[in-house]
Formats: sequence, C-alpha cells, structure tokens
Amino acid sequence: MAADPLKIVYIGKNTGNPYFDSITGGFEDACKSLGCEFEFVAPATAEATSQIPFIEAQIQRGVNVIGIAPNSPDALNQVLADAKAKGILVLTVNGDITGNEQYRDATILPVNFDIVGRDQVEMVGSLIGYEGEIAILSATTEAPDQNKWIVGMNETLKSDPKYAKMSLVATVYGDDQPEKSTTEMEALLSNFPNLKGVIAPTTVGIAAAAQVVQSRGIADKVAVTGLGLPSEMRDFVKDGTVKAFQLWSPYNEGWLAVHFAKGVIEGTIKNEVGSTFEVPNLGTITINANNSINTQAELTTFNAENIDQFDF
Amino acid sequence: MSTLRSILLRRESGIAVMIVLFCLAVGSVKPQFLTLDQLRIILLLTPLIMIGAMGQMLVIVARHVDLSIGSMLGVSAMVSGMLYRYVEVMPWWAGLPISIAVGATLGLGNGLLITLFRLPAIIVTLGTLSLYRGLTFIISNAKQIDRQYIPSELKALSQTSPIFGIPWIIFIAFGVAILTYLFAMHTRVGRQIFALGSNPVAAPLRGIKVTQVTLLVFAISGALSGLAGILYASRWGFVNPSNTGAGFEFQVIAAVVIGGASINGGVGTVLGTVLGVLLLGCVAAALPLLGIPGTSQAAIYGAVILIALVIDRSVRRQGIVGLKRAGA
Repeated sequence: MAADPLKIVYIGKNTGNPYFDSITGGFEDACKSLGCEFEFVAPATAEATSQIPFIEAQIQRGVNVIGIAPNSPDALNQVLADAKAKGILVLTVNGDITGNEQYRDATILPVNFDIVGRDQVEMVGSLIGYEGEIAILSATTEAPDQNKWIVGMNETLKSDPKYAKMSLVATVYGDDQPEKSTTEMEALLSNFPNLKGVIAPTTVGIAAAAQVVQSRGIADKVAVTGLGLPSEMRDFVKDGTVKAFQLWSPYNEGWLAVHFAKGVIEGTIKNEVGSTFEVPNLGTITINANNSINTQAELTTFNAENIDQFDF
Repeated sequence: MSTLRSILLRRESGIAVMIVLFCLAVGSVKPQFLTLDQLRIILLLTPLIMIGAMGQMLVIVARHVDLSIGSMLGVSAMVSGMLYRYVEVMPWWAGLPISIAVGATLGLGNGLLITLFRLPAIIVTLGTLSLYRGLTFIISNAKQIDRQYIPSELKALSQTSPIFGIPWIIFIAFGVAILTYLFAMHTRVGRQIFALGSNPVAAPLRGIKVTQVTLLVFAISGALSGLAGILYASRWGFVNPSNTGAGFEFQVIAAVVIGGASINGGVGTVLGTVLGVLLLGCVAAALPLLGIPGTSQAAIYGAVILIALVIDRSVRRQGIVGLKRAGA
C-alpha cells in the first residue's frame, strides 16, 4: 500500500503578486517530480492578520507542510505554534519571522539578506564609476526586508573606502504604488540635480523609477538599478534605460522548499545547523545558523545580454 | 471691476485662492515648484482622478455616492489587459471602447441594485467594491498583465503629445471635464440630476424619471471608471488584480468634496471639481519635493484635505469679497 502523498501548501503574502507566481512555479514543478500534492493560497491584501485564517484552514485540512511568506514577524506566532503542535512542518519561505524563529522549523531565503545591501551598493557604484550622489527609492517605511537592506547599504557606504566618493543624499519611500513611487522619483531629480544613481530595492519602485528616466530621456545621466523582476524590466533593459539590475530566482525557493520538506519528513535530511543535503539543479545546500537555508550565494545580475534567458 | 467681483463671488474662488497660496508657499521654499516642468508633473498625476471625479460629482449631485469606482477601474482595465494578452489581432485602440463598455455595464449594475431594491448607494457600492475587485481576481486568475502585453501605442498616450509637450492623457481628462460641463449645464437630463439631488421627493412630481436618471449617473460613473482603467494601463504599463484602482475612491471623493460638491446632493460644479483635483495633485507633488519624511506624508496629506475643506466651507458662505468686507 502506497503512503498518502505529502500535502504541501504555500501561503503567499497576497494574491495577484507576480513575484509569487514564480515561487509557486518552483513548488508546483518540484511537487510534480516528487509526487506531492500542492496548493497555493493567499489573502487579498498583504496584511499580517489576514494570513491567520488561511493557516487555521490549512491546519484543519491536515496538511503535512506549511510554507509561508509571513506578513509580520510576530503576529503569526500563536497560529504557527498550533500548526507545529499538530506535527506540521512549518517553513518560512522568502521572508522570515526574525526574533521568533522558534515558531517555524526552518526558513528558506533566496540569498543571505545580510549581503543584499552591499551588493546593491556595488551594483550602482559600478554603473556610475564609484563617484557622485545616489539615492534610495524604497517600498513602505515599515517594510522589514527593505529596511534591513537599507541598513546594509548605509554601512557599506560608510565603511568601505571603495565607495568614499559616493554620497547617499536621500532615502525616500514610494509605498510600492506606481503613483507615489513616480512622484518621489520626480522629486529626487528635482531636489538633486547632480543625482547619478538610484537604488530601488523593490519591484514596483524600480519600474516606476525606470519609467521616469525613460520618459525624460536621461538614462545617460541617472543610472537606475535595484531589485526587479525580469518580466517587468525587460523593455527598460532592451531600450537602454536600465543597464543592469539584480534579483534572485524566486522559482528556486519553491523548488528547494519541497525537496527539503520531503527529505525532513522522510528522515533523509536532518534539520540541524551545519548539516548538508543535495537538491537537483542546485547542488549541495547547507543549513546555516538559525536553521536558515539560502538558494544562492550571490544575487543574480540581469542585463541586456542575459535577460531573455529568464521567464519570470 | 464687476467681472473681477463676480469671479471672486463665485463658489470656486476659495479653492482657487488656496491653490495659488499653497503653490506660492511651496515655491518660496522650493522655487522649482513654480516651473513648467513641475506643472507637467502635477498634471500627469491627475488625469485618472479627474476622469473619475467627473462621474463621482454627478453621482454626489444626485445625492448618492459611488464607492466601487476603484474596483470598476480594476475590472475594466483587466478585461482589456487580458484581451491584449490573449487575442493577437486586438488593435491597440480597442481597449478604450471595451473598458468603457465594461465600466458602464458594472455601473449600470450598481444603479439597478439601488433602484430595484431601493437600497442606499453607500451600501450597494460598498458591496460591489468588494464584488468587482473579486471579479478582477477571477477573470485574471490573480495574475498581473505585464508591461510587454500593453500595446506601445496605448502607452504612448501617456508619453507623446499632440501640442506643447502635454501628453494626450491630459487632453483626454480635460476633454471629459468639458463634456461633463456641457452635459450637466446644458442638457435637460443634466439639469434633472441637480433637481433630483436637491429634492428627491419633489423630483417625480416635476416629471423627472427618477429611476432612469439614477441608472444614468451610475452608468456614467462606471463608464468613466472604465476610461480611467484603460488609461491606467497606458500610464503605468501594467494591470495588477489587487493594486490597479485600489484606493481610487478615496482620492476621487476627496477631490469632489474639496471641489465644493455637497454630500447632501444638488450642489456641485465641474470647475470646482477640476480645482479640487488640481489641489490634491499639488499637495501630492509638493510633499516629496519638500523632503517631508515618508513616515509623516500620509498624515500631512490627510490634514491638508481637512484644512482645505474647513477653509473652503467658511469662505463659501459669502465668497471672498463678502468675507473681506465683513472682516475689514
């Protein structure tokens, strides 16, 4: 008698977010190849409390694995504890509950988030010749990941002599709305006429910043870079508005999560700091401090040469 | 002199003076706020709100309110976006009539629910705000329509210009405002909307077909939301099931009320509404330029709306001239 297939669910931040389509694709393909059942659910809005009923419903349904992109570092503690008490493997995927790690079994992040700020500063530096004024156009003022990266950017600019001639003149917030991001970008250009580069570490912000630069025809004066989706940035890269930007493979997060979950439940992978396991296409993966797992060591850089190879 | 006096006595004078004072105040700190380039930025912030506000003004004049406009914007943009994505022969301009038709149909749905079941518009459109947003998710399977599927000719409406470097989308918005003015002031049905809003009880006695007029204002509100929807795709180059049009109703209703329309119906002008939209645009553009921190911007934006309303309602009772005479 064959055992029941593993039931895996992934709870996204919100529906209609193209970023999660790619993560879900990784989950789906891995579940197909390993014979698991997969479902994606997400609330309509990216609020912490709106994820709670979805988690409760999945506990009721008797899933084996809950993957979640948490909308809050602490609001989900109680319901995740309930899930763990029922023997469900809880993985935070693409975002962690920093400070409350005991409420999940492991976290799967695309890269070590400590290096994102540093890599983004290097990216914009290489585009502007390591000299001149730069600004940051972020998401909302309270976005935890972006704020962590911004801290990293500030530290890198201060401590690394390589960037001594670059000065960060402003950090502004476009709230991940195209209107607001556009207004903030226009204000940056107006307030800082010598601005050389803009880092927008958010998919909505980088697209809005690129559109402003494109419509003003100032791509040779102001370099826009940051974190973006190839599908949203392709046109801007092809017409030269954006020379290069970065991200990681969201797909691989889903792919790795399923392989890890199946291995842990079947006992072939030990969920302990320092232990290693193999994932097809990704090679040897190590479990780092705090049971944190990364799908790649460095950010992927997209430019005119390689952007057509990515379909997310 | 008498011309100037009659201008200052107009109801809209308060808000016009406020816009001028606000711009001068911002300009004294940031001189670049008073440049043509900044005017272009402000105008580009406003076309969708202006189009939505024309429909909303008619609805509010008829003593109703339409909370579902952002969701109608979302559905109509998504229908055209899906067609662009999956129907290769779809010409770029076809999204305009399609989105307007989708919006008009949804607006008519609001009107039918309100008139057939005699329900308050605030309740019906609160329901359809959610229902229509949900439709956007269903038809799109919760997937965004990316930039590559939006025809470049459509996107060009927001970038290229017929004259003076002013993009088409701004002419479209002002064109809608002029048509709304002609309709509201110079047609029989237009005047009936005002009569209905000032006294819904007496309206049928005066031969006004209340049901038809109500259906019409909601259909217009829907159609204009649909137009705003396809122009959203033009302006931003994508259609997202959850973001496209979200919160649109707040900006639009704020603009209409700042523009002097009365929530009690019967009162409202196109000029006032246009000025209300422009004031909101000025504030939205000024906050980042003044370097106001992101954490405080929402609070300041809301406070400015309230201050504008208070000043406007005080000035409005007598007009600027009367206020001056009484005070001095």
